[in-house]
Amino acid sequence: MTLREWLVPQPILTLAIAALWALLAGDVSGGTLLLGLTLGLLIPVFTSQFWPGRPRTFRVGAALRLMFVVVYDIIVANVAVARIVLGNVQGIKSKFVDVPLDTDDPYVATILASIITLTPGTLSIDIDMDKRVAHIHGLDVPDQSLLIDEIKTRYEAPLKEIFGC
Amino acid sequence: MSAEALAAFLIVTGGFFVLLGSIALIRLPDIFTRLHGPTKATTLGVGAIVIASSVAGYAMTGNVSLKELSVSLFLFITAPVSAHLLAKAALKEQSKDR
Repeated sequence: MTLREWLVPQPILTLAIAALWALLAGDVSGGTLLLGLTLGLLIPVFTSQFWPGRPRTFRVGAALRLMFVVVYDIIVANVAVARIVLGNVQGIKSKFVDVPLDTDDPYVATILASIITLTPGTLSIDIDMDKRVAHIHGLDVPDQSLLIDEIKTRYEAPLKEIFGC
Repeated sequence: MSAEALAAFLIVTGGFFVLLGSIALIRLPDIFTRLHGPTKATTLGVGAIVIASSVAGYAMTGNVSLKELSVSLFLFITAPVSAHLLAKAALKEQSKDR
């Protein structure tokens, strides 16, 4: 472990916290930047135990593309869920689905689970890293394999590309 | 003027989806399907309202304020965690009943 890795274990998180602090303070003066950077340096050190490993690479282009896909899906699926909620709620086929994971990286799995929950119609219940399965709950699942396929190609594949694994 | 119209449209849209989240809580049959309601309301519902606040702020003061976006950001981080914990708790309750 180099000195830099010890002092700044999460450089991206450090910058993100500093930027967020400036955003919340509402100005970009020397004082807020200094305080933001201080927080950005201290918080990763004190929370380092919670971080599973360290993300090796981060492809910004792929990340932006995934972000647009997720935002688009959130809007589209929200309308779909709206129709279900206002329609015949007795006729829906809600059930638990097991999605096999291709990754053994807990970092990727956590972000995948968050995306699954944020997109309407699906909810991640549990992730079993030993069996490499994500247990999710679908609000209306006419075709189980279609849902699994969609999650794997739309979210998991780009995530693996972003973090290079 | 047009910014005002856009802000109004976003507020109505956001309000509609937040309301829908509450309707989902009443109408859906069990705890797992009900969990789908609120998490959806926070994403698009609150998201639209927050953007409306940004647009209205820009129209009135001329300053672009991104502070509102942090509200969305925090919600996007915390909503899946709380939904996940509720779901796990529900699973545990269920297996206890059996």
